[in-house]
Amino acid sequence: MSATLAELMIVAASECFRDNGEVLASGIGIVPRLGVSLAKLTHSPELLMTDSETYLVSEPVPLGPRGDFVPKYEGYMSFDRVFECVWGGRRHAMIGPTQIDRWGQTNLSVVGGTYDKPKTAILGVRGLPGNSINHANSLFVPNHGPRVFVAGEVDMVSGVGYKPERWLPGMKQDYVDLRRIVTDLCVMDFGGADHAIRVLSLHPGVSFERVAEATGFPLLQALGMAETPLPTAEQLALIAKLDPHRLRASTIKNDPPALKVAA
Amino acid sequence: MALNKQMSAADVVAQLRSGMTLGIGGWGPRRKPMALVRELLRSDVKDLTVVSYGGPEVGMLCAAGKIRKLIYGFVTMDAIPLEPYFRKAREAGAIEVMELDEGMFEWGLRAAGMRMSFLPTRCGLASDVLRRNPQIKTIASPYEDGEVYVAMPALKLDAALIHVNEADRLGNTLIKSHDPLFDHLFARAADACYVSTEVLHEQLQLDADTAKMNLFERYLVRGVVLAPFGAHPTYSSPDYGWDMDHLKRYDASAREDGGWQKYAEEFVAISEAQYLEKAGGADRLSQLKRPVF
Repeated sequence: MSATLAELMIVAASECFRDNGEVLASGIGIVPRLGVSLAKLTHSPELLMTDSETYLVSEPVPLGPRGDFVPKYEGYMSFDRVFECVWGGRRHAMIGPTQIDRWGQTNLSVVGGTYDKPKTAILGVRGLPGNSINHANSLFVPNHGPRVFVAGEVDMVSGVGYKPERWLPGMKQDYVDLRRIVTDLCVMDFGGADHAIRVLSLHPGVSFERVAEATGFPLLQALGMAETPLPTAEQLALIAKLDPHRLRASTIKNDPPALKVAA
Repeated sequence: MALNKQMSAADVVAQLRSGMTLGIGGWGPRRKPMALVRELLRSDVKDLTVVSYGGPEVGMLCAAGKIRKLIYGFVTMDAIPLEPYFRKAREAGAIEVMELDEGMFEWGLRAAGMRMSFLPTRCGLASDVLRRNPQIKTIASPYEDGEVYVAMPALKLDAALIHVNEADRLGNTLIKSHDPLFDHLFARAADACYVSTEVLHEQLQLDADTAKMNLFERYLVRGVVLAPFGAHPTYSSPDYGWDMDHLKRYDASAREDGGWQKYAEEFVAISEAQYLEKAGGADRLSQLKRPVF
């Protein structure tokens, strides 16, 4: 069975949630949600997850129209309670911001122009300031390029990161916990000196140089930088069950295969 | 009991004044008090400071030039992520903004409801939310830890508009939706809270389980408006889903010349009864599929 790039990224996303313990795992968007779902069905059944509306479920809910699938509720998770989880720190969220900088700061608010008259207004900072200062976060990027991984700071720091100048005396940085970035080219983490971003694994057929060119700031190579593993047949079967309408096919442009065919 | 808070949407809007700070309940495209918002759109009230977990009501109020300042954490219609008229207003610099973390926003409402000047939180520290809102100060813990927090100021509301599933003439309300959202905090933060309701009773007579869906006290409620499908085109769980066809049409109007004027002529400059007919009538609206997440 041949895997698509989106499926490889779903597996990479699921790895972000390995050995997290009992935390509320929130995958926002198709690939992150499928990643959390796959993690819960395979290596990390202890994860708490929701039906993406209001209820905790004991098994992941498939994406899109569910036919005769009946969700198995095990609890309740209104937005009010999500906030309680955020502030208590027992949560790991994976989201896709519009911009990311070398300090792990993220932006979901405005891009370009000035703050008062931005070129592009997006959503707003949403819960990013609170999420990023309270619990573990991983990031998802379907289009790895210098417009996402910007050279300087992101245009409106929504999610906080590791930039020392941003942290004034007395502010508690201890709970900032940026884990991994899964992109369409590679998997990265913040394991370099002073939390510098480094490449953990390259997707099949992708060179480090290509990733470096597509990134607006210098990148490190992790010791033992490897190739991102292809999904196993078992993982592909579970993904197919979790995403029966193949919504994952829309997440990466042209839905390419995981193994890039040589030109 | 002599209490009868039933009024019309026009009565509610008659209580609102230009320049007021107005909270709007719901979240994105979920349980927005749209019938009341449409009545507001029909009025000459303007220069509002709108406080909202924003959905299409924010876009419509922007398009109609009603908003002077917006206090928000996001504006979105979920399935249509980018709210078109909010974007236009934001990108044109046409509105003043106070952009907040969602949790700071909640804290601001809670502070107002508790009659506090602020509540401390870590949310917002080290982000541009503080840089862009220099009026928001930090405060050091007076205890040994000395930790520095954001002192999130109270978001006091002159009035709040909320849509509920059921209510009675006394102002008792039931929120039956899967997620009650933060409407009770809007009610508490406001000097006057007005609710629209799908179903209006003379006086609620409840069993214990249903009584749990009463999330704030009737003494907070100044007026109750009967407005079946009053959240349309947003999602009023569990009664009806959002109207994606309508929202798409609204979204598309933003890309047409004079698009808002055309939308407003068709869907705002008419009575609420005419609106519901135009939107497809009760039969269609009651069949609107609940969104699958």
